Amino acid sequence: MPHISVHCLRSKDHGGGAALVRVQFGRPAIASKQLWAVRDSGATLSLMKLNDEEQDILAGKFGPAAQQALQHQLKVGRFFGAEDFVPITQAHVMADTESLGESGVRWLENLVAISEGRAQVCVPTISDPRGTDFTKATFLGQKAAMLDLERRAISAFTKLGVVMTDTCIPYQTIQAPARNEHVAFGDTGVVIYSNSVCGARSNFEGGPSALAAGLTGRTPRYGFHCPAQRRATVQILVDATPISLNDWGALGAVIGRIAGNYWAVPVIEGIEQAPRSDQLKHFGAAMASFGSIALFHLVGLTPEAIRLSDVAPGKLPLHHVARADIKALQNSYHRDGRVDVVVFSAPQLSLFELRDLANLCEGRRFCVPLLAVTSPQVKPDADRMGYTGRIEAAGGTVLSGMCFYQSYAREIAEANGWRSLATNSAKLVNILGGYGYQPTLASMEECVEAAVDGKLM
Amino acid sequence: MGSTVRGVALVASDGFSARYDLDRVAGVFSRPTHRLAGQSYVGKVLVLDTAKGGVASAWMLHEMASRGAVPLALVFNSVNPIIVQGAALADLPILAGFDTDITAAVPDGSEVAVNPNTRELTVLG
Repeated sequence: MPHISVHCLRSKDHGGGAALVRVQFGRPAIASKQLWAVRDSGATLSLMKLNDEEQDILAGKFGPAAQQALQHQLKVGRFFGAEDFVPITQAHVMADTESLGESGVRWLENLVAISEGRAQVCVPTISDPRGTDFTKATFLGQKAAMLDLERRAISAFTKLGVVMTDTCIPYQTIQAPARNEHVAFGDTGVVIYSNSVCGARSNFEGGPSALAAGLTGRTPRYGFHCPAQRRATVQILVDATPISLNDWGALGAVIGRIAGNYWAVPVIEGIEQAPRSDQLKHFGAAMASFGSIALFHLVGLTPEAIRLSDVAPGKLPLHHVARADIKALQNSYHRDGRVDVVVFSAPQLSLFELRDLANLCEGRRFCVPLLAVTSPQVKPDADRMGYTGRIEAAGGTVLSGMCFYQSYAREIAEANGWRSLATNSAKLVNILGGYGYQPTLASMEECVEAAVDGKLM
Repeated sequence: MGSTVRGVALVASDGFSARYDLDRVAGVFSRPTHRLAGQSYVGKVLVLDTAKGGVASAWMLHEMASRGAVPLALVFNSVNPIIVQGAALADLPILAGFDTDITAAVPDGSEVAVNPNTRELTVLG
C-alpha cells in the first residue's frame, strides 16, 4: 500500500490556514505516528505574540468574560497564522436569533451572568439587524417563541454594553470607518463596503468573534488587517457601467462568482463614473454573498487603487464582464407570472431608496404585500419626510431594525403562503433560494408594478 | 484547535454551508443538489472542498453541537474565517489548507484520525 506524506504550503488561495496532511493506507495510527515526525510544526503552529495587557487578559486579571473572549480569539488567530493582535476601534455583531437558537442565547446569558471583572465591551460595539420588527411581528406571522428569544438576546446584548443599532448599513447611518481603521465587523456587506469603499480593515467576524473583539478591544492580525492580503488577485474588465441598484447587484454577483473565495481580491476597471453609496452597497453586498468576497478595488475610484499598479503586483488573471453577463445573471433569477410578495431589503434601505420607493408608490394600490425594510436610524426620518406614509397609503409596509432573510424567512413564508418573491436585491435572491422561495430579481420599478398587478410581466 | 478525534470520513468534492446545505434538526445534508444529500453528518469527519455561507454559520455549529447533532471534525481544502470562528465556539476540530485536494486524497468511508494540534489527518484504513 502506498504511503503518502504531503506537506502543505501556506497559501491564501488555500484559505490562509496552514495544515499538514499525512495519508497512510493500511497502517495503524500508532505506527504511523512513530514513523512520521512532525515537520513544519514550528512554522505552522507558531504561538501568537501577546503584549502585557493581553497576557493579563489571558491570566484572568480582567475577569472571565474577557479571558474567554481572548481564548476564543487565540484559537482563530493561531489557525490563520496570526502573529499578534491588532487593536480595534469598533465592532459590529451579527446575532439574529434564528442563527443563535436557544443554545446561542443561553451562551450569551451565561456570559452576562459572569459578575467578576470586566463584563462589558470596551470599544463601541453595535448590532446587526434583529430577527423581527416587534411592531410588525403579527403581520409577519412570527410566533411568540421567536419573539421571546429575540427579547432575551436583546436583554443579554444590552447588559454586555452592545449598542442595539440593529442595522446592516452602519456606514450610512451610524459611523463609517476611516481609512486604515482596524475594525471587527460582522455582516459581510458591512465588511466589504468598509474595506473597499472606506479603506478600513476587517475580516468577516461572525457574531461570537465580533463580540469577543468588543470585549477585548482587539482582533487577531490576519487576512485583511495585513497589507499583503489587500493586493488584488484577479483583474476584471467591465464594459458596461450599471445604473439601477439591481444591475449593480447583478454585476457584483457576476464578479463574486468569478473571484469565488474569501481570499480573492478583484480589481475592477471600466466603471465610467463614480457610483453612489447605495449602488456600491448593492454591488458589494452581492459580491460578498455570491463569492464570499471581503474586498474589491475600483481603479481610480476606491481609496487604495488610485492606479491599477497600486494594488496589482504584476500580471493577474484577467476576466471580461459584458452587459450580457449582467443580464444573464438577472435572467437566471426571473420568472414571469404570479408574485406572492415584494421585498426591498438586504441591505436595509437608505433614506434615498425609501424616497424613490415612495415616489413610485404615488397613486398606486397594491394587491400583494410590499415590504420595505430599513434601519431604526432611517425610519424616523422616513416617517418625518412622509415617505413611510406614502408607501403605506399604497398598501405597503415599512419595517425597521430587521432584515428579511434574518427574520425566520422560512417560517414567515409558511405562515403567509409566500413562495414567489420579487426584489431588487441580488443578495436576497441568492439567499432566499435556500429558504424555499422562488425569487425574482427585477428593478425597483418592476417590483412596484408587480405589487400592483400581483404578477411579473 | 480542538482535540484529536478518530472516526469515519464522509467525503465529497462539494462545498459546505451550515445554513443552506443541511437539515440541522434531522442531522442530514438536505440540499438536493449536494452529493451527500440524505446522508447523516452526525459523528462523521466531514471532508469537503470549501466552507461557504454567511456569518450565521459562526453560531450554527454551536447550536448543532448543543444538540449533539454535529460532525466529529471538519476538513476542507479552503475556508473563510466564519467557519473557523464557528468551530472555535463549538470546540470542533478543523483543518484546512492542504497542498493536495484533500477530497481526492481521503477515501469516503475510511477511518481517519484528525489532530488539529499537529494539523495532521491520518487515513487509518
